[in-house]
Amino acid sequence: MPDDRQFCTFLVDGLYFGIEVFQVQEVIRFQEMTRVPLASPVIKGLINLRGQIVTAIDLRRGLELADRPEGSLPMNVVVRTGDGVVSLLVDEIGEVVSTDLATFELPPETVRGTARTLIDGVYKLKGRLLLVLNTDKAVNVC
Amino acid sequence: MLLWEDQTVVLTSPRREERNMTELDDLVKEFLIESCENLDRLDQDFVALEKDSSDPERLGSIFRTIHTIKGTCGFLGLSKLESVTHVGESLLSRLRDGEMTTSSDITNGLLAMVDAVREILSSIESTATEGNGDYTKIIENLTRLKDAGSDAQVAHAAPVAKSVEPTATSGEIHDTFEPDTQTESVAQDTETHTDPAKTGVIAAAESSKSSDASAPSSALGGIRVDVGLLDRLMNLVGELVLARNQILQFSTTLENATLSGSTQRLNLITTELQEGVMKTRMQPIGNVWSKFPRIVRDLSQMCGKKIRVEMEGRETELDKTIIEAIKDPLTHIIRNSVDHGIETPEKRLASGKTEEGRLFLRAFHEGGQVNIEIIDDGGGVHLDRVKAKGIERGLITAEQAARMTEREILNLIFLPGFSTAAKITNVSGRGVGMDVVKTNIEKIGGTVDLQSKFGEGTTLRIRIPLTLAIIPALVITSGGDRFAIPQVSLLELVRLEPEQARKGIESIRGTPVYRLRGNLLPLVNLNKQLRTETPDGLNDGTVNIVVLQADERQFGLVVDEINDTEEIVVKPLGKLFKGLTTFAGATIMGDGRVALILDVMGLALNSNVVSDSKDSAVHESESKIKDTGSPKQAMLLFRVSDTRRMAVPLSQVARLEEFPRSVIEYSGGQQAVQYRSQIMPLISLSEALADPRLQLAANSQPEKPTGDTIQVIVYTSNESSIGLVVDRIVGVVEEALVVQRNIVRPGVLGSVVIEKKVTELLDVESVIRTVLPGNTAHTPALAA
Repeated sequence: MPDDRQFCTFLVDGLYFGIEVFQVQEVIRFQEMTRVPLASPVIKGLINLRGQIVTAIDLRRGLELADRPEGSLPMNVVVRTGDGVVSLLVDEIGEVVSTDLATFELPPETVRGTARTLIDGVYKLKGRLLLVLNTDKAVNVC
Repeated sequence: MLLWEDQTVVLTSPRREERNMTELDDLVKEFLIESCENLDRLDQDFVALEKDSSDPERLGSIFRTIHTIKGTCGFLGLSKLESVTHVGESLLSRLRDGEMTTSSDITNGLLAMVDAVREILSSIESTATEGNGDYTKIIENLTRLKDAGSDAQVAHAAPVAKSVEPTATSGEIHDTFEPDTQTESVAQDTETHTDPAKTGVIAAAESSKSSDASAPSSALGGIRVDVGLLDRLMNLVGELVLARNQILQFSTTLENATLSGSTQRLNLITTELQEGVMKTRMQPIGNVWSKFPRIVRDLSQMCGKKIRVEMEGRETELDKTIIEAIKDPLTHIIRNSVDHGIETPEKRLASGKTEEGRLFLRAFHEGGQVNIEIIDDGGGVHLDRVKAKGIERGLITAEQAARMTEREILNLIFLPGFSTAAKITNVSGRGVGMDVVKTNIEKIGGTVDLQSKFGEGTTLRIRIPLTLAIIPALVITSGGDRFAIPQVSLLELVRLEPEQARKGIESIRGTPVYRLRGNLLPLVNLNKQLRTETPDGLNDGTVNIVVLQADERQFGLVVDEINDTEEIVVKPLGKLFKGLTTFAGATIMGDGRVALILDVMGLALNSNVVSDSKDSAVHESESKIKDTGSPKQAMLLFRVSDTRRMAVPLSQVARLEEFPRSVIEYSGGQQAVQYRSQIMPLISLSEALADPRLQLAANSQPEKPTGDTIQVIVYTSNESSIGLVVDRIVGVVEEALVVQRNIVRPGVLGSVVIEKKVTELLDVESVIRTVLPGNTAHTPALAA
């Protein structure tokens, strides 16, 4: 039975993540970025989103995953958070997925590290797991 | 400011029975705003009236204002307010008709009425009721004053009788509001009350109006605009400026006559629009000042002083946000001046001054900034007392205090924790909250400077930028990224070719310095600060130095490339960057990319230019204290011969120079060089200080011509320079010194331990006195 939650999905280092659609402002292609020296390594830079300056956060670094291979450009998932509009850098954008509450589970205790705190739960979809990302926490890891 | 006539038009026209709620709310709001503005003017009028009680125009203006408020109250059902204003109006009408003349008592009574009106208005604003204040005393007092004026006809309406239940009536009308939460009205603290800004609306026409507040200004062409709308407009114009920049840049790449023509037009229009919108936010500083005469009057009466307030440059315009930001600091400074600056009449007479003190406010534009000066001719700051206080508070040690310059001592006042709270009056304490004043001013990019002469007065100078939203900036590149530097902090640009750079950049204990026209300029490498690297291929040895000013201190920022100047729109960095003090914000450049704005002050602090070194103070004969007020003293270390390591306070050093030996000339047996179109006598320190006993020793042969150049410390006294020739400049250190005077030799003040080595302290004056007896007539400004 669907629970009316729809997720915008994306891939980060092979992991399948989702953010509830109402939190997502837009999804855009790779943007030129201005790096911010001295800032946390999680902050990849600043992008100009139609006159608005938006901070880009590298989810790979936030989740303590390996850096993106040279040459592959990330996509921007622009989300609205408590700290303003922030862009999350991801590898690849997936579809919008409707979920079924019956398939929801809290993340298993065995998941360790930062990822544990950033994931609100898991939907067991057919053939793959959808990890629900907590955007506010993801933004605050830096 | 709208005319009172306008109000009556607005307020009397919809005299319909079935007024709906919102309409009424709007009316009340309108009434509040206009009354507040009028009240501000009233304060001034009253104070002026006290001086010249026969000014019928002023009386007329006051009468009209009160009359208008009273009339509107009746219409809006604000009975309490009506009863207060009514009695005031009756008194005023008698004054206006010449049946009575004003006295201090009457002015006091009327001012108390104005305060009561303010109180009620602010209560209406916050709780939509007239509050619980009891104003019968004021009313009785006014009635008494009115009746005392003439023995005849008291037949006028005695307003005391009119005590209607006010809360009930107004509560009925505004029952959408929460009724009467404000149980206790704040006492007559005028500036915390209802000012027009609180209501969120400013009169757009106000900026263009003349500064003369007493004349009711015609504002028929004016219109009230919501500040929020102005802010939005400002943002949009900001965006437009960015878009314009992008198009400008784009059009240069395409060689299209039509496009560049339209771009030029767009450019012009945008610039004008930007200026126009900025202007709408500009307000004359007189708006803030207008309440000072009243504050000063009340305070001086409380302290038993006589003070005259003078103002110059009331029309000087500032951005509204800045006006808001300086309001409180200015009020604080004024209170300080009245309470502690200006003396009592008796004291003033005793010290040969006029009985009446003078508080002079002055504002003017200068170099894209606004200067505000608050000058009093009072007692000035007692340096010894400040010193004692500083020691008592543990801010400095006694030894440090003994060595501090006048300026350094004065600046102690701005330190947090420097508070004369022990004898705080109910007005203020000199020094109480001065650190807050300073931080508030600095928050908006301004500076505060205090000058005081004991017995003669104090001058406080505030320098603030005109606006904060769009600023001119220098764009530079470092580490492959562009950065913007606000032009306010920019002094000059220096480009050193590889050859010059190799020669010109020296190092003092690992810190690179450059001699800029003889002044030592500490260099800060931006790449090093930001932990970025110069991209390969750019590093050809050329050095670009951006000379910046941070808190009275100069330093050179070494960057990879200097690009251009551009108007930028400052956008704040998000919360994610709150720990980063190096950046003041970000902006979008012409090509659409984001560039970070460097925070010059933060950069200076992070690179220790401001906190740990005093190098840049060399150029001034006066040593300047830095923010933290560190009592350490910067010393210039040098060697006079192989055996003598000496030091001199950096504050005494005007410049460091290097001369080729070939330029040394002789004038009357004295070595001299031509320096800055003057003849500068040279004193060889090794000769001057030569101890007769040591002179026999073989290794201290003075003046061994070893190199092609000589190192000279230039000492300036009364516009004439004297060069002290030393063997070698060692560097600058900053240490708290403990002088031991046990070894007294001519030209030596004593010995100190600097960096664990015994160092002699040079007595510059005595050396000069010995070698050039004719030069002692003038004492240098800053003897150690």
